Order: sequence, then structure tokens, then C-alpha cells
Amino acid sequence: MVFDAPWESRLFGVTMALVEAERFPWSEFQQRLIAAVGRWEADHPGGEGYRYYERWAEALESLLADLGIVAIEATDARVLALAARPAGHDHPDHHDHLDQRGHDRRGHDHHEPGPAAHDGP
Amino acid sequence: MTAVPRAHDHPDVALRAEALESLLLERGLIDPKVVDGLISRYENDVGPMNGARVIAKAWTDADYRQRLLEDGTAAIGELGYSGPQGEHIEVLENSGQVHNVVVCTLCSCYPWPVLGLPPSWYKDPAYRARIVREPRQVLADMGLELDDDVEIRVWDSSSEVRYLVLPERPDGTADLAEEELAALVTRDAMVGVARVTAP
Repeated sequence: MVFDAPWESRLFGVTMALVEAERFPWSEFQQRLIAAVGRWEADHPGGEGYRYYERWAEALESLLADLGIVAIEATDARVLALAARPAGHDHPDHHDHLDQRGHDRRGHDHHEPGPAAHDGP
Repeated sequence: MTAVPRAHDHPDVALRAEALESLLLERGLIDPKVVDGLISRYENDVGPMNGARVIAKAWTDADYRQRLLEDGTAAIGELGYSGPQGEHIEVLENSGQVHNVVVCTLCSCYPWPVLGLPPSWYKDPAYRARIVREPRQVLADMGLELDDDVEIRVWDSSSEVRYLVLPERPDGTADLAEEELAALVTRDAMVGVARVTAP
């Protein structure tokens, strides 16, 4: 297994896509990653509970913020919007699925949590 | 000033990653097809099977072996392997006297084109710290017992140089073809935390 969770693979793919699109060089991201890893290790001398891709996420967020590409506040706001999705509504690209009780969600009061994550053009 | 994300305020990092992706997507900064393609590439196409082909060729072709040891990047490129994190690969030859093992003490530097993405243990703080301090013990803990007279060299990857270990060809494999040899070579052997064993 290359990735432990789907979000890790998404994060990796997003980062590499940004590098390919020359939004920043890999070396710049790598410096952020080293810094994020170092900060965590300074706070956790025992090294217990280390999650590599959490540090990766931190590195990417800080770089995008400092480059003026995505502000931390924008991500904060989007996190809140995504977290406010109705339970079981974690697949924004499959709006016609059944929820856990087997009810068809179509026709329900559809609460849109801001711009949907994967519905863009 | 460096902005430090408040990931700890929102412990669900998966949600933060999703939020970031959705914002980048909306702003047209990433193409989802490109993202999918990159994930698929590193999940399916780029991995230790590439490095294993390099090692097997070095075992069976003395000229290639020499080119590989002189200029790893170029010799690896001969087999069609190149790309991110493969710009400068140095190949370290194991022998009965010297055992090479690779680490990245600062984060996770690793020769992607030949090994793919690193396994969890390679990125773990415990391995990164301990392999430098007590390599013989760490290798033993990972199942590789080395004689006391074998010198262990620990190589710390950097942003400039990535390392690939050329393991010893196991005894009893003289009759095997290159492809059969490649099937024996493991990722761990190419990082230097295992031996290659005969089938």
C-alpha cells in the first residue's frame, strides 16, 4: 500500500500537480516539509503518533498561504462548510446515492455546503 | 513571516486536504485529471519493480554495472526510469565487507523513479533517528543480522542526492535469467535493510 488513506493520495496528487504546473518548485515544498517535520518532532520527542501526511498537509498549506495562492482562512472556512454537510453526504459527486437508512436522498431539502468540492467544470 | 496552518485546530486533516483541493479546483489551479493520473502513476507504475530491473541487469551485465556505479542517474535512465526525485541517484554497492543502508534524517527523500514512494517505516521518526545512532541494532531488529566484521555505512539522503543500494547477488542463482533475478530483488534490499535471498 502506497497510501494509508484516500486523502493522502489526493494530497500527494494535488501537490505534484501544482509542481508540474510550476506553481512552485518541489524544492520549495520540500523545505516546508522538512520544517513541518522538524516542528512536530521538537514537540514530540518520543516520536509517538507521527503521521507523515499530516505534516505534508501542513507544509502544503503554509506554502500556498505564503505564496498568496490559498489563504489559511479560506481553507478554515471551507473546512467548516464541508463539515456542515449532512451526515453521510461525504461524496459530493454522487448525489443520487442512498443514505444509510436506504432512503433516496433526491428530493430532500438539499443543503449545499458552499461550492461543491468535485462538481466544478 | 511564515503562516503556520492551524491543522491542530481541526484534527480532521482529511477534511482540510479536501478543503484545499476543492479551493484549488475552483480556482482552476489544478486539473483533476492530472491529479488522478499522478496518483495512479505512483500507485501502479512507479515502484520497486523498476529498481529491481536495474539491479538484475547490473548482476548480469558487467559493463552496465560499471556504468551504474559511475553514474547512477544515466544508467537508470537507460532503462527508461527518470522523473521527480531521480535527478541525481547514486548507487551503493554492497559486498561481504561493506553493507550500505539509506535514510533521510530530515524528512523522506527517496529515489522515486526506481523505488516509488517510501514505505511508512522509512518516514518514521524512530527509523530516521535510530539507524544513524545504532545501525547494527536497527538492522537486526528488522531481521538483518550482519557479522561484526561487516562495516555498515549509513547514507543520509538529501535534496540533491538519492541513493539506491546494489545488493549482493545471492548464491545459487547462477542459472537464473535477468527477469527471474529481478523477481527476487525487494524494496527493502534496495534501501539496505534486507538481503536478497535465493528462491
